[in-house]
Amino acid sequence: MIEHLIPILAGTLGAATPLIYAGLGELVAERSGVINLGVEGMMLIGAVAGFAAAVETGGGAGAGFLAGAAAGTFAALCFAVLTMSLAANQSAAGLALTIFGIGLSAFIGQHYVSHSLPGLKPVALPLLSSIPLLGPVFFTQDMGVYLSFVFFGIVWWVLAKTKLGLMLRAVGESPESAHALGFPVFAIRYGAVLFGGAMAGIAGAYLSTVYTPMWVQNMSAGRGWIAVALVVFATWRPGRLLLGAWLFGGVTILQFHAQALGVRVPSQLLSALPYIATIVVLVLISRDRKLLQLNLPASLGKSFVPGR
Amino acid sequence: MLLEPRATPSRWMNYAAPLLAILLTLGVGALLFTALGKDPKEAFHVFFIGPLADANGWSELLLKAAPLILIAEGLAIGFRARIFNIGAEGQLIMGAIFGGGVAIAFPESQSAWLLPAMVLAGATGGALWGAIPALLKTRFNAEETLTTLMLAYVANLVLAWLVSDPWRDPGGMNFPQSVMFGDAALFSMLFEGLRLNTSVFITGVAVLLFWLFVSKSFLSYQVTVGGLAPQAARYAGFPASRTVWLSLVLSGLTAGLAGIGEVAGPVGQLNLNISPGYGYAAIIVAWIGRLHPVGIVFSGLLMALIYLGGEAAQMALQTPAAITGIFQGMLLFFLLACDVFIDFRLRKPLEKRRAAALAKKAIA
Repeated sequence: MIEHLIPILAGTLGAATPLIYAGLGELVAERSGVINLGVEGMMLIGAVAGFAAAVETGGGAGAGFLAGAAAGTFAALCFAVLTMSLAANQSAAGLALTIFGIGLSAFIGQHYVSHSLPGLKPVALPLLSSIPLLGPVFFTQDMGVYLSFVFFGIVWWVLAKTKLGLMLRAVGESPESAHALGFPVFAIRYGAVLFGGAMAGIAGAYLSTVYTPMWVQNMSAGRGWIAVALVVFATWRPGRLLLGAWLFGGVTILQFHAQALGVRVPSQLLSALPYIATIVVLVLISRDRKLLQLNLPASLGKSFVPGR
Repeated sequence: MLLEPRATPSRWMNYAAPLLAILLTLGVGALLFTALGKDPKEAFHVFFIGPLADANGWSELLLKAAPLILIAEGLAIGFRARIFNIGAEGQLIMGAIFGGGVAIAFPESQSAWLLPAMVLAGATGGALWGAIPALLKTRFNAEETLTTLMLAYVANLVLAWLVSDPWRDPGGMNFPQSVMFGDAALFSMLFEGLRLNTSVFITGVAVLLFWLFVSKSFLSYQVTVGGLAPQAARYAGFPASRTVWLSLVLSGLTAGLAGIGEVAGPVGQLNLNISPGYGYAAIIVAWIGRLHPVGIVFSGLLMALIYLGGEAAQMALQTPAAITGIFQGMLLFFLLACDVFIDFRLRKPLEKRRAAALAKKAIA
């Protein structure tokens, strides 16, 4: 059992990384009062764009991350124009983005079906990686994992400590009051949604260029939706999001180690675990309405049209 | 240009928006075909006219439209009440599993009761899969958008397990598929040589029932109010939880029926390809049909034509299969964009209008 522990924990971090990227982006968007159900679509568009860029430029995962972020931002822009400038229903527009993203990524990805990439090698951080247990788990990872920690730090700091974070939260609570105070409601919401798109795009690019460095149709396999669920689980707080992502990463990784641990369960049932876990966790969090409403942005899901 | 709220929603735009969305989709589609190096005129002919050139084409159109319309009718009831069931694909699969399970349990049966039993089991399977998110929502307040979708992934994996282990066809060369169903377990064909079968009548009856339900029943009114204004509905003695149950169980039931229509129809067995995403496409069908029972018939036919056109273009023009999904997604995008003009009108910013008025005066 113990000899499996370090690979399982280290693998958990890798599996959690796309969820951290996509989840942080969605958390910021939702904190500004916009719920974007298109995360799955943006992730797929980011995944295919990242993979294509990594193959075509030979720039590896770095080029993939940049292209994924750009593609995710562009997808989010379509959503932002629909829901903010044209005041369309946010849930419907998000669904449209996911359906469109599945189609578009399959369309572009067709040329890349048989390609593969070298991926990223783990980098052992000096000193830190020699700490027993923590070292091999947290500090012997690829650059994509470290970058997700950096983004976590930035999002946490901006939300909790800066004026920008304060304005963002104010807009999410009451766009009318924020508008009256002179905050640029539209600019902040656009910014939050585009950031969410860029992060979902990077999440997709991490999947296709690092985690499983190849292109498979629909390769995000519901991770975008799990990221949306994670934001609820986290009750809109970055720290809990990180913990939640690790929990889900662990559930995902367990299925690969189940055989070695002597668990005799059909593989499909093990593959269903992350989805079932999502439902269970949602139920556990949602049943406590007080906990849920403590941090729930009051204007979440409502369009804002000044002067209506 | 600014958006200005209309005093009352435009009824005219409500019907014009879908047409405008179709035109915009065709416009961007033409650009897409040109970018792929195809003559857009020829491509449109292959995509939208060619498939309807003969009786077989019309049969295929109805065969594909029937499940889309059936599912969308069920979803629309919930959407009217703001219950977003986006896991109809999973409910379809569960319907196929329950109904198909009956056929697999009685492989030699010649009984005339076999098919009705399968239909009943299919409806039950879909309704049960829809009842789970209803229970989670009413008891635990869990968002149905996420639970229905997660359950769709679970249903897919249950199907994958069944056809690759306990229900796998021993003579199937190890492919993940069940045995082929016997004749008594299949809907009979309507016309010689065409694939259209009697399951299309289920959709016909469903459209009629939903039309009666929406236009004549007080219950439908209560459901809609229950979704839009839960407080008001509660005061009127109609608990919001009943709306949730009714919406999710009904839409699960129709999706389950669509599932059995596929496996006891064109597919004829359980395998991993029983639906080309009908459960997801039906969301678009419901929306473009304006959540109206009759509107959904038209949008279902349109969406079926996009499926057929996508297949035809794949063969005749070597375009990728994914083009179908792109057209479907674009259609929904443009519809949402055009819908803004139902509640708003465009106007020039006030300063510009003032300037224009002043200029007019000066000239006069």
